[in-house]
Amino acid sequence: MISEALVVSAVLFVIGTIGVLTRKNAIVLFMCVELMLNAVNLSFVALSKLHGNAGQVFVILVMTVAAAEAAIGLALVIAVFRHFGTVDLSSLRLLKG
Amino acid sequence: MIADSTTTVQQNALLAALIGLPALGAVANGALAVQTARTRTHAPDAPAPVGLASMLGVGSIAAAFIVAVLLFVQLTSGAGAVTAHFGDWLVFPTEAGRTPLIAWDFTFDRLSSVLALVITGVGTLIHVFSVGYMNDDPGFARYFAYLNLFVAFMLVLVLGASYPVLFIGWEGVGLCSYLLIGFWFGESANADAGRKAFVVNRIGDMGLIAAMCILFTQTGHLDFAGAHAGLSGMSTGLITAIGLALLLGCAGKSAQVPLYLWLPDAMAGPTPVSALIHAATMVTAGVYLVVRASPIFAASPTASLAVALIGAITALFAASIALRQWDIKKVLAYSTVSQLGYMFMGVGVGAYTAGVFHLVTHAFFKALLFLGAGAVIHAMHAAYHHAHEHGDAQDLRNMGGLRAAMPATGALMWIATLAIVGIPPLAGFFSKDEILVSVFARAMGSPLASASLMGLSGQVVLFVVLGFGTITALLTAIYMTRLALLAFEGPGRSSTSVQQGVHDAHGTLLWPLVALGILTVAGGWLNLPALIPIGPVGVLEHWLEPIVGETTRRLAPIAALPHEQELWITGGAVINAIFGIGIALWLWRRWAPVDAHHATPGTGFGGLLERAYDVDAAVQRGLVGPVLAFAKRVLWGTVDRGVDGALTGGGGGLARAAQWVSAQVQVGDASRYVWVVALGVLGTLAALAWRS
Amino acid sequence: MNAPNVSGMLMLILPEVVLSVGAMITLLLGVSGADAGRSHRAAMAALATAVVGVVLAIGMLTGAPLAPGTTFIANDGFRWTLTALLCAGTGAAVVLTEAYDRRAGVARAETPALLLLAATGMTLLTAARDLMVVFLGIELMSLATYVLVAMHRTSARAAEAAVKYFLLGAFSTAFLLYGIALVYGATGSMQLEGIGSAVASGAKLPGLLMAGVALMLVGLAFKVAAAPFHLWTPDVYDGAPTAVTGFMAASVKAAAFAIFLRITAEAFAPLLADWHPVLWVLAAATMVIGNVLALGQQQIKRVLAYSSIAHAGYLLVAVVSFSAEGATALVFYLVAYTLATMGAFAVLVALSDGTDRPLVRQDLAGLRERHPWLALAFAVCVLSMLGFPLAGGVGFFAKWQVLQAALQASVPQQTLAIVLVLSSVVSGGYYLGLIAPAFMQSPVPAARPIPAPPTGVRAIAIACAVVVLVLGVLPSSLTRLAQRSAPSAFAGGPTVATTIQP
Repeated sequence: MISEALVVSAVLFVIGTIGVLTRKNAIVLFMCVELMLNAVNLSFVALSKLHGNAGQVFVILVMTVAAAEAAIGLALVIAVFRHFGTVDLSSLRLLKG
Repeated sequence: MIADSTTTVQQNALLAALIGLPALGAVANGALAVQTARTRTHAPDAPAPVGLASMLGVGSIAAAFIVAVLLFVQLTSGAGAVTAHFGDWLVFPTEAGRTPLIAWDFTFDRLSSVLALVITGVGTLIHVFSVGYMNDDPGFARYFAYLNLFVAFMLVLVLGASYPVLFIGWEGVGLCSYLLIGFWFGESANADAGRKAFVVNRIGDMGLIAAMCILFTQTGHLDFAGAHAGLSGMSTGLITAIGLALLLGCAGKSAQVPLYLWLPDAMAGPTPVSALIHAATMVTAGVYLVVRASPIFAASPTASLAVALIGAITALFAASIALRQWDIKKVLAYSTVSQLGYMFMGVGVGAYTAGVFHLVTHAFFKALLFLGAGAVIHAMHAAYHHAHEHGDAQDLRNMGGLRAAMPATGALMWIATLAIVGIPPLAGFFSKDEILVSVFARAMGSPLASASLMGLSGQVVLFVVLGFGTITALLTAIYMTRLALLAFEGPGRSSTSVQQGVHDAHGTLLWPLVALGILTVAGGWLNLPALIPIGPVGVLEHWLEPIVGETTRRLAPIAALPHEQELWITGGAVINAIFGIGIALWLWRRWAPVDAHHATPGTGFGGLLERAYDVDAAVQRGLVGPVLAFAKRVLWGTVDRGVDGALTGGGGGLARAAQWVSAQVQVGDASRYVWVVALGVLGTLAALAWRS
Repeated sequence: MNAPNVSGMLMLILPEVVLSVGAMITLLLGVSGADAGRSHRAAMAALATAVVGVVLAIGMLTGAPLAPGTTFIANDGFRWTLTALLCAGTGAAVVLTEAYDRRAGVARAETPALLLLAATGMTLLTAARDLMVVFLGIELMSLATYVLVAMHRTSARAAEAAVKYFLLGAFSTAFLLYGIALVYGATGSMQLEGIGSAVASGAKLPGLLMAGVALMLVGLAFKVAAAPFHLWTPDVYDGAPTAVTGFMAASVKAAAFAIFLRITAEAFAPLLADWHPVLWVLAAATMVIGNVLALGQQQIKRVLAYSSIAHAGYLLVAVVSFSAEGATALVFYLVAYTLATMGAFAVLVALSDGTDRPLVRQDLAGLRERHPWLALAFAVCVLSMLGFPLAGGVGFFAKWQVLQAALQASVPQQTLAIVLVLSSVVSGGYYLGLIAPAFMQSPVPAARPIPAPPTGVRAIAIACAVVVLVLGVLPSSLTRLAQRSAPSAFAGGPTVATTIQP
């Protein structure tokens, strides 16, 4: 049961990673990162069946942090949209070289 | 324990004050100089802050002198050397653990106490003199900043308890010397003289650095005690190598052949600077170092013989040049080189006390001579200015008969002249006599006489040294009497209006001379020989016994010199000196007045002496010229421009390549950066998977 | 579980409590009282909080012998020395950001509050001994910094920098978190100590463990900007407000290295032979890439960004040395590096004209004539980064310590030492390229007049330079402090290091 959960978690994590690598829309990218975080959460929950409840506590912590992260991330994306009129990452190229 | 720690605190505080006071003076005067420069951007004619600068400048040195006296009194009361530790600087791993390569350790022992008293004492007098001498110079505060900084570094040099700390002081005084030689940098000749001193000294520094490297690799220590203790396990050849490397360093700082070239040019600086740095203190640092490193030289008779021989050659060589110089400061400069050679003779034959003794008396009478010359130059300068004439205020040919106008300066200068010539009972007589007696005694039979130098037997070398020393004494008597005669006696050779404009020094220009005059007369009592017991005998010798007693004995004569032989030497030296004075009187007393402007350059051997054996021209042609050409064509042309271009942004190849690479990688697109991160993750995962 | 009582627990995280309460007070001050001077009062409150943090940390260092910490929170010299350093850096950043924001006309109370929140996360990182605390500290620090980068809302460059930093940072955090999960799965512990002992006694799931270690190393390497995870650094440092860039370059990096060292020392020590080659390559690559790419830059902040990457490389050498000497060198280096960075950025803040126009070398031209003391301070700080003896003060000894640590490691790291020295030589090219215009070119008239730098900014620049110089003459006091601050894991000597393959 645990190993199946871990495999699902790994698959989810990889899907998230691939999403980050292939997409250019900042919001989609951010959603993929959230997917990665939640994949890890799944691992934590599964592992805490093996090692006790520390993993579950960590999941709560991660969810809290992810919420804060989402608030900041979306605010930043709005700020970018205001300046550039787009949320396409590949068109943010003022800083380079 | 409590008493111990309070003593430590007190020792630290006193030593910190001794070095820190001049340093603080330098900082304060430096700030004052910056402030003055700032004011001058608005008001170009703003006066220099003379009052405040001289108070800070003289005050800090005088206070340091008082601290030195306090420490000295502590030392005479029987307490051991005062030491202080101000933390570690470089820590270096050795087999024995982490030893500090450079610890800020200072010690006020019997040897450094003598030097510290001379530096701060004579230094105070010269600072006072400078107040009058530099009075109307716009760079007054800058001058005192440099001079104070010099004293601080000189104290670091003599108080440092290890070779690296000594070296820091050594470089520091070199820097100050460079700054002060080029003090009037508006004239390019002065700035060039400063650069020359700098470059020549770097050659010597290589020697000192090499010596430190050998010492460290062989003994693992660079503090004096540790390094010298480690000598016992070393081969004589290696010790000789260290000694010769040290000799190179000392020859650079103390202007010995062949590195003496910079000192005559160093006279471009203000005269009090010549008195303090280029006569009384800094140039004797080489002598100090030989004495401080006496365990090294005592363990290597060959290196000692080399020191003595270099000293003898320098003494004779410089004295002969001094015979035909016209610039009053040049005569004194070559005389200084020659007297430094004398000191090297003394410390070279292992008569360390004699060397230090001559160092001290020389500091007195040569400072007096330079300050007297400064007073003369100052008066001549003022007189020319007053008479609206142009003339060289330093040229002996423009002087003559000055004693009438400057009786006090004249009398003091004559005393100093007789002292350096070696007329009893003035200071110079005793110290020079002791050196000659020491050389003779060791030539008659000693570890030195049985050693050899480059195939020559030690005895031969020592007799050559003795001979050179004797001839030098004769020449010294001639050229110094000549200087005094040309400046103060005979008819005046400048125009009447100039002659009438010359006035004797007074105030801060005079009383330092008087103080030095007293020291010049009384200095001999520091170390009276047993032969002439007109006071306590051998005070300095007893004082330095714990430092150099053992090393002196290692090179000492096998048998003590019989009294009658010693008497012969002493008597001979006095007769020698009187004979020299006689020759000078005969040659120069009725010297035909020739104006400097109309003088023709000397011809024949005399001309060669006047041009200082043409060494400068030869060095210029043979060494400086080719090096400059090489530097210009090869270094600047290819290497420098290439490296410069490559390193600084924009033009060069590496920079362009770097720009190209970052333009390719750093495209600004974050959706590409994530790929690099992902690749990095895969790489790291692969590396660890492969490991496990 | 002998859980300490609540007050004992609070005492143990006193600086964090102080900093976060200070952040709240700062925020409150930003919305209360007269409109004028709100942001200034808030900044003063934040500065006072940071000073209290420094005093607390120094008090812990100099006071009674430290009680043993818990398995969550360390209570050792390493923590308190770095806490003092980070709080001091935060205080300096408060002053610099206020001056910079004021000049740009966007001074707000949120900036000092966010700095304090970041400082809370950073100090937590110096103490963390549990992966939950580690995660909390890293996120607290990072989230606050993301916002700080974007604080200038009128600047497109700042917005772009913030969103890049945020997305890449979140991406790397995901790896770190997954790494934590895998290590937890393999060892059954969240605590560094527990992980260490579990690993030492032989992990049950070596594959899981190795993958976890690798992912955690990646996450940490991203935070310290080690190549190849450094790509965000030049862009973000470039776009962020200059004062914030200084804060990131100095303090954020220092905090990241603090946790890097503690995790490797306390949890991963038995696996040294496995991760050592990875960090070795990262260190060498970081030094070379940072120093070489800096040569091609024209903008000062980008030069300093690459320079900070290079310094991360030097610091990684200290981590790789993996000994008490290495830890000592790391602490020593962080102090020297923070001083030099803060001093240099203070000068840049003094020179900025309030727009987000990037500073180029030309902006430094004639600095000697315009602000002689600032020019001198800038030169000292930059020479210190270069590691120039005497004139560069303590920077020389910092490199010296790292070199010694590398050469004295149980398996001497000659190659890394050589790379360090050679790449430092290369760095002379761009560091001197920064100093040269300040001293050798005459000033060019600015497009917009630059007001006189505020006293606080000048004071920070000059104070940093003076301390750099003084420590350059008397480094032994700092050495002693750094020696006392090596994590206790190294106290027993490098017993674990014998497993390294040459």
